[in-house]
Amino acid sequence: MSYEVLGLSALWFFLFAYLIIASIDFGAGFFAYYAKQTKKDHILNRLIARYLSPVWEITNVFFIFFYYGLAGFFPDAGYYYGSAMLIPGSIILVLIGIRGSFYAFENYGSRSSLLYTFLYGASGLLIPAAISTGLTISEGGFLREEGGSIHLRYTELLTNPFSWAVVFLAIVSVLYISANFLTYYANKAGDEPARKILRSYALFWSAPQIIASLTAFIAISRQNPEHYNNMLDLWWMFGLSVLFFLGAVYFIYKERNYGLSFICVMLQFFFALLGYGIGHMPYILYDQIQVTADATLPAMGTALLFAFGGGLLMLIPSLILVMRMFLFDAEYVKGKK
Amino acid sequence: MFAYDSVILARMLTSMTLVFHIIFATIGVGVPLLISAAEYVGIRKRDPSYILLARRWTRGFVIIVAVGVVTGTAIGLQLFLLWPTFMQIAGHVISLPLFMETFAFFFEAIFLGAYIYTWDRFKGRYTHWYLSLPVIIGGGLSAVFITSVNAFMNTPQGFTLEGRTITSVEPLTAILNPATPSKVFHVLTSSYMTCGAILAALTAFFILKYGNNKYYKKALKLTMIVTLVFSIFTAIAGDTSAKFLATYQPEKLAAAEWHFETEKGADLILFGKLTEDNEIKGAIHLPKLLSFLSFGDFNSEVIGLDRVDADLIPPLWIHYMFDLMVTLGAYSIMISMLFLVFMFWKKRDQYNKWLLRAIVVNAPFAMLALEFGWIYAEVGRQPWIMRGYLRVAEGAVSSPYVHYAFAMFLVLYVLLGTFVTLILVRLYKKNPIQKEWEQRFPDTLFGGDQR
Repeated sequence: MSYEVLGLSALWFFLFAYLIIASIDFGAGFFAYYAKQTKKDHILNRLIARYLSPVWEITNVFFIFFYYGLAGFFPDAGYYYGSAMLIPGSIILVLIGIRGSFYAFENYGSRSSLLYTFLYGASGLLIPAAISTGLTISEGGFLREEGGSIHLRYTELLTNPFSWAVVFLAIVSVLYISANFLTYYANKAGDEPARKILRSYALFWSAPQIIASLTAFIAISRQNPEHYNNMLDLWWMFGLSVLFFLGAVYFIYKERNYGLSFICVMLQFFFALLGYGIGHMPYILYDQIQVTADATLPAMGTALLFAFGGGLLMLIPSLILVMRMFLFDAEYVKGKK
Repeated sequence: MFAYDSVILARMLTSMTLVFHIIFATIGVGVPLLISAAEYVGIRKRDPSYILLARRWTRGFVIIVAVGVVTGTAIGLQLFLLWPTFMQIAGHVISLPLFMETFAFFFEAIFLGAYIYTWDRFKGRYTHWYLSLPVIIGGGLSAVFITSVNAFMNTPQGFTLEGRTITSVEPLTAILNPATPSKVFHVLTSSYMTCGAILAALTAFFILKYGNNKYYKKALKLTMIVTLVFSIFTAIAGDTSAKFLATYQPEKLAAAEWHFETEKGADLILFGKLTEDNEIKGAIHLPKLLSFLSFGDFNSEVIGLDRVDADLIPPLWIHYMFDLMVTLGAYSIMISMLFLVFMFWKKRDQYNKWLLRAIVVNAPFAMLALEFGWIYAEVGRQPWIMRGYLRVAEGAVSSPYVHYAFAMFLVLYVLLGTFVTLILVRLYKKNPIQKEWEQRFPDTLFGGDQR
């Protein structure tokens, strides 16, 4: 496999990892706020805090990896996106700034406040909505070149049904993934009342999730027929994705195998994002940036892959260590440590 | 009415983010060293005061790191949003250190998470302390990589540029450019120095406010030693940087020193004022010292601004930045040395009010020195964004909306700055040391004496 395809695969991996980890995180923030509003926080929030506290910085890093990686392997993509995303990108950063800080203020500071919870709950839903514009733009038709530089067509972006379909998909997916994971986590912690509430959230968000997925899928056909046709050729991947969706909902509904249910959720998004990504080839940004033609030089591509490999060798053992200490340490999960 | 200038606005926004981020980044790199040192001494001497010190520092530290994470994310993405052309070209080269910096930070974050939640979980005496080491290393390495990117902008190498296209690249040569060693040295030592100064200042402030005891004495001794050691290293690193500049980036040194004529045995000019006709007034001239600082030889030739193209001369006001940085750095050496001299020389009281006050102001001074140093480093590179290859104006975004972005970030930073201050103050007010001490060690008086 060539270095640019390997690089793109690494980027895809970061995107997938971010999608799952960040969704859990963003959704948990929203549920924590919602629970406070509906006076259920005494049941839910301790569980959520125990999961979130040790991992929140990790989430952010996947996003940074993704954009550094994108610009490293495909510097022209960095140029196009950088020029176009000034305002959406700044909005993302401000929201991440608010969310990250107020999360820390709430948890490491000395006072819990509804305002802080609201700020990180609400920003958690707006961030995926804002980030999803990056994916929207990649379908082509939203940029214009003028005077030697790239500009975003804001009106086009804001009035296009496709971009709203993507925003809708991003938000409901966050809530769906998060509720599903937290149900599993509550079950592991043996926290019966929390599990019940979270299970109802997971079931509630599953129908909107699949509807939003189908809507976005169909909306691509109008925005970018070429991409749509490529995806139709990969119909079996999306078929698998739907099957895993049904599996996840089945287990949650039957109140068993919560771990398996969450694995189904991950596989659902794995195949959907894989089909979407492969169908997107050979373009990274439609009509402008191609995988092979616009890749960085081989020396740099190889160096980046080595750095990536070396980084993983260092990180995976550390991550396993942390996970054993927090996520999968039964005593910690149950709140005894 | 000014014409809309997206380049100026992009520079303003980048400066604002950096000035704000540097505070948090410095603390993120430096404080783990002090926390780790305190915990180590505590375990070694079986003295719970030091461990409590480490615990209390950690609590504030995680909040500051959290803000550092988000401002770091901001500057990382702003590079693309505000400097797309620069990143299109330099991205071929600097994405490697940027990528590695993220890994290093990730490493730091993972172990910091483990460190803060496992104080009483291990049986081995040193086990928890070991977790602080990857935090120090991760923080240090992220400083190394990010500084190598900045170094590359000053002395770019390891690539061939044809027009706007990079046609060959040697990633390691680019990272190990001539500016990297002295810059990395300077950044690391000044971070440790500043963090020592900040924690010493907090301790001195509490002594002034609540009176002295053994706990504060231990804290002040530890922090003042760290401050002195790293203030001296910072001065050595500064000297290394001057020697680097004299050889590789002479225009930056010449502009900061108001060294107009190339000459042998050049004077060092301290302070002073520059008139409109570039005449130096009221300055102290130290004969031949600039030559000595540049090359270690009083009679060596130092390149002056006369050898630099007029449109490539950096703004001359960086002289003030340079002077302020050096003066404040010298203040830190002096104060910490005075404290330690008084400590060993029993005739003087190292806890006298005036010395404590001087230690308190050393914290903002050290942070200001750091900011001035960065302003000197960045403005001194003007007009280049990538020295010799790309000018700042060519690298910037062209968009009519930069002022919106500027306004958004201004509000964000004001908000974060205000809240982080309020929250830190409240965190320590709500759980004062006296109270925590009594809860943890009911048998001893605050400070360590038997009840």
